This record gives sequence, structure tokens and C-alpha cells, in this order.
Amino acid sequence: MKKWFHKPINRLYLYVDGWFNLAFGTVNNPLYHLGSLAFFFFWIVLISGLYVFVLFDTSISGAYQSVEYMTHEQWYLAGIMRSLHRYASDAAVVTIILHIIREFSLDRYRGFRWFSWFTGVPILWIVILLGISGYWLVWDQLAQYVAIGSSQLLDVLPIFSSAMTRNFLSGQLSDRFFTLMAFIHLLGLPVVLIFALWIHVKRLSKVEIIVPRGLAIGSFLALLVLSLVKPAISHEQADLMIVPATLNLDWFYLNVYPLLDYWTAGQTWVLTISITLLLMVMPWIPLKRNPPAAEVELSHCNGCGQCFDDCPFDAISMQARSDGARWKMEAIVDPVLCSGCGICVGSCPYSNPFRRSEVRLTTGIDTPAFSAHDVRTATTKGLETLKGQTVKIIVYGCNHGFNLANINDADIATISLPCTGMLPPAFIDYALKKGADGVLMSGCRSSDCYYRLGNRWMEKRLQGERVPLLNARADRSRIQICGAAETDEAKLLKEIDAFRQRLLTNKQASQTAEKEAGHD
Amino acid sequence: MTKLLRYPLQIFNYFIFVTIVWYFSIAPAYNHLEPGYAVIALAFGHAGQPVKECVRRTPEELAKLPPNMRNPIVCPRQRSPIEVEIIMDDQPMLQERFQPQGFSGDWGVDVYRQFKVPSGPHHLKMRLKDSVRVKDFNYVHEAKVVLKSAQLLVIDFQPNEGGFIIK
Repeated sequence: MKKWFHKPINRLYLYVDGWFNLAFGTVNNPLYHLGSLAFFFFWIVLISGLYVFVLFDTSISGAYQSVEYMTHEQWYLAGIMRSLHRYASDAAVVTIILHIIREFSLDRYRGFRWFSWFTGVPILWIVILLGISGYWLVWDQLAQYVAIGSSQLLDVLPIFSSAMTRNFLSGQLSDRFFTLMAFIHLLGLPVVLIFALWIHVKRLSKVEIIVPRGLAIGSFLALLVLSLVKPAISHEQADLMIVPATLNLDWFYLNVYPLLDYWTAGQTWVLTISITLLLMVMPWIPLKRNPPAAEVELSHCNGCGQCFDDCPFDAISMQARSDGARWKMEAIVDPVLCSGCGICVGSCPYSNPFRRSEVRLTTGIDTPAFSAHDVRTATTKGLETLKGQTVKIIVYGCNHGFNLANINDADIATISLPCTGMLPPAFIDYALKKGADGVLMSGCRSSDCYYRLGNRWMEKRLQGERVPLLNARADRSRIQICGAAETDEAKLLKEIDAFRQRLLTNKQASQTAEKEAGHD
Repeated sequence: MTKLLRYPLQIFNYFIFVTIVWYFSIAPAYNHLEPGYAVIALAFGHAGQPVKECVRRTPEELAKLPPNMRNPIVCPRQRSPIEVEIIMDDQPMLQERFQPQGFSGDWGVDVYRQFKVPSGPHHLKMRLKDSVRVKDFNYVHEAKVVLKSAQLLVIDFQPNEGGFIIK
């Protein structure tokens, strides 16, 4: 449940998100791919950086000249590469910041998600350090400013035996030190970054680090055009006998340095460390309890592995059978990793509401908070409330999309699930056969599932692209999918009206056809 | 919405994105130093004198010690704080006492201070005291300097070279 401090930013985000859906569609909406966009920009930075490094001279006397050569002499290739290197780095920071804001606004950072958030904060620092070390290498007046500022900050820490800042005042800086910086920027920090990114996504399955092609092409072209129109240029060459006066700071990376003109290095550290710690402890302010973890009922598990394949958080593993049954494998749930989303319930072939032999519907894997049996009971009760209506519609939604309690039409019964991915397609068939004229699947906006993959699996199951499949004989014209967020009331109600009208027309047509058949 | 209508909207969004990226990668410009100003940086590393006189052991005292510990001169570990005073044009610019580093106060101090000052001619008087056993400043240096705009003037301290050095 979102807290009061999420709501304003959440509503703003949803409106912006809606605008992006209009422009890009749900598949290419950049807000749904912020993490993978940051990865994409990182690849651009890496490839352009490799080319720039070929022409770069890692010495104090040669660094500036080599960068100037790239910028002005070989502008058509090295210059563009340099600009791409800079702008893609900046774009990565923009996407990372938007990624943080988005996850916060959607309350996707607490509870079982704490690990990804907690491990993501240091990544921001590593990226910032990469940028700072990169600016250092140009060895222009901005680099000089950054070098002295960084030394002031480092001198406060008990790392070096003597003040590092003095190296930049007495002009005794050696090529060896500069080579060390190049090593840190070119190899040290990138390796640390890749390792940190691996940890960051460790608790996710089917991690998307490749952006959709359309978005990749558009983003790359946008940066390429920017590199041609506004190529990256340097300041004057560094001169340790003068003080850089006016600086065109890269505020994405160098925003901390102006503080040193007003505060001591110690105070600046206190501020940055405080912000970092605050970000890191945010998943526990306030604490969010996870729903109970899914439980495996071995007597109904045939070890098919579909739940293992569908789990978005890598909480399910398959191991050798422990109960002596004839199947080879069985599913095991790690309660620490389980989000309680119920997507595994939707993927289990035993989640079949038509199984009349049992009083209580038991499935191979189930969520205690809202079980498959509860879904069947809610569906049956919902259909009973619709008796006597001209058109009977069952709307399945989720607890994170549009609040179904706001739909008060007499001919609609609503059932809110933890995630629409929890609903096995057989339940739709069940609802239609038990008297519903139509079933509308709502839930989160398409491609923006609170549990990452729930509505995607649901759509694929209904489209026959992923098991368990919807019964081939189920009438597709009586099934509608319409993802809706909190701000999409008008859109959803309009969609329901159109669906109702369609069902009514179909019903009348079939009744007429039946009458005509009776007369004949 | 048809694809044809989407493309202009996408281009608009990409334009906004790269404009933000470009603008904040260079702007707004930051004035680190106002025109007509220079910077004086005091930067040195120095260990103060021991807080007490070193004592020479008598032959009898040495004889009582194990052979590997017969150091004839014994000095206290703790070093004196370093007091620095810089006066520019008869106005105090810095008056600070730097305590020795280390748990036992036996390390030196690393000093870095910078001051933004108007460019032009200035009279600098620098004084340093590195021993609690002397009453007054034991290093004093005066100099007349003419600072250009944006110049960085470094005041170093090297006792082996006579004390304060202006670079």
C-alpha cells in the first residue's frame, strides 16, 4: 500500500507515464526501461571510450593535446566519439535518477525489494566517480579544478600520509599519478561497476538489460545528433599557476565541488554521506511487511517447472523429488525472496477451478494470503451477485493498479488479486462457463507490472504464447484486457462501456439467431 | 494513436531529453573566482618540535639497559602544535593552531588553506611557531607581492630552506 508521501509524486509520475505511453506505446515507453536504458548508455560509453582511449595520451603533457586533436582535427570520428562518451555518461545519470524517482513513487523499493534498492545506491556513487575520473583525464582547467577539489575531499580522510592537494599546487604532479587515474577510469571503476550491477539484479529473474530496438535506435540517434550539433569541448589547458575562474561544470557529475567554496571538506563529506545513508535506509522507513510466501503442496506438484520459469524474483528453484513420487523434480520456494505475488499460482497446471472432486481447491503452489480456492470462491460469489442482469461482467484486477472498488455498476463483479499474473487462464474459462458474459482483465498498465512480469505472462497466456494456455474453445470476443493505473478511471470506464456494448450486441445477435433457428 | 502521429511526439520527447542532457552538462556556468581576484594558498607539511628537550642518558643509565635499547638520546614522542599567522596589509588573514596528528600526537601536520584576495600589490607577513619551548614565533617572513587576476600564489614552508617560501 502506498504511503501518503508517495501519492503526490506517484500521481505526477502516472500522468507523465501516460504521456509517454501516448508517444512511444507501452512497449517502447522509456520509463519502463530506465534500468536497461542506463545499461544501453553504459555500452555507448564503453564503445566510444575504447575508441577515445586509442588516441588518448596518458601523460600530463600529452593528454590535453590528444583530446584537442580528437575534438578539432578528427572531429568527424574521434570528436563524435568523445561527445557520445560524454553525453551518454550524462544520459546514464539522468536515467538512473529517473529510475530512483520512479521506483520510489511506485513504492517499489521496500519489503522484498529492499535488496535491489540498497545495492543500487552504491552504483550511483560508482557512476559519479567514473565521471569525475573521466573529467580529470582531459587535463584542462576543469580537470584542474576537479583534481584540487577531489584532493581537498580526500585529504580529510586518513588515507594518504601527506596532503594530496599539495601535489597540484607545487606542480610536481607526475605522469605516474596520471597513469593511475587513467587506470582507475578505464579499468578499475568499470570492473567494480559491472560487479555492482550484477549484485543489483541478483534477486531478479529474466533481467532486461537490452532495450527494445525502437527505443535503442531513437536514443542513440538523439545522442548522435546532439554530438554533431553541440560537440563536447574542453576548457583551456590546465595551468597550476592560475586559478580556474569561470567553469562550465557538468552538474550531473561535478555538483559537489562548488560546495567546497562555502563549506569545509569535512562538512561536504557529512552531507554526501548523510544523503547516501538516508537513501540506503529508505526501504525501512517505514517498514513494509511482505505478504506470506508461496507454499508448495507436493501432492499436487508434478515438477513441471513452470512456476520456476515464471517467478519474477528468482524465489523458486527446482530440486530432486523428496517424497518418492514418480516425478523427477519438485518446486522449492525461498521465503526470503518470495514477494507473495502469486504469479506461480497462475502458472501451475493444477490451478484448475473445474476440479469438482475437491471441496477445497488445492493446487501445486499457492499463496496463503489469497489462494486459488479464494479466487474460485470470489468468482462464484461474484457471479451470484450478477443474477438477473442483462449483461454479466467479471473484472479481475490487481491490488496495485486501478482500485476496482471504484466500479459500482450492477452488472459488474470485481475481484482484486495480488497480481493479474496470479489468475490461471482456466479461471476465465470457468467464469464464462458459469454464466459470465464477459471477463475483463485489468491490473497494472501494460508492461508496467508491480511484480515485473505478471501482466505480461497473463497476456501471453491468453494469446496462447505461454503455458498454461487458455482453452482453445473459449470465446475470445468475450475477453478483454485493459491495464489501468490509479489515474486511468476515465479510460477504464470507457473501455468497460465499449466492452459491455459489444457483449450486449453479441448476446442479442446470438439470441436472435437462436430464435430464428427455433422457428425453422 | 497511429505511428505517424507518434513519431513527432517521440522526436519532441527526445529533443527535451537531449536538451536537458546538453544543458546541465555545461550550464549554468559556475564562477569559482570573481574577476579581479586571486588566490593565496597556504600549503605545507611539517612536524613540530618535541614538547620537551631531548635528554642524553648517562653511561650508568645506558649500562642498565639491554644492549639493543641503548639509545643515548631520549626524546618525548609528542610533538608541539604548529601556530601559523598570516597578516596581509596589516590585517590578519589566518591565525590558527594545528595540533599534531596521531594517537600520541607524534605525527606532523598537513596544512591546506586558501584565501580569495583582490588582485594587486599586497604586503604579506607570515609567522610560524613549531615549539612549545620557545616563547615567540621562530619563523618569520615578510614579502611584497603583486597578484594578477586569477593568479595562484602558494605559500610553502620548508624549514631546511629557511622557512616560508613563496611560489
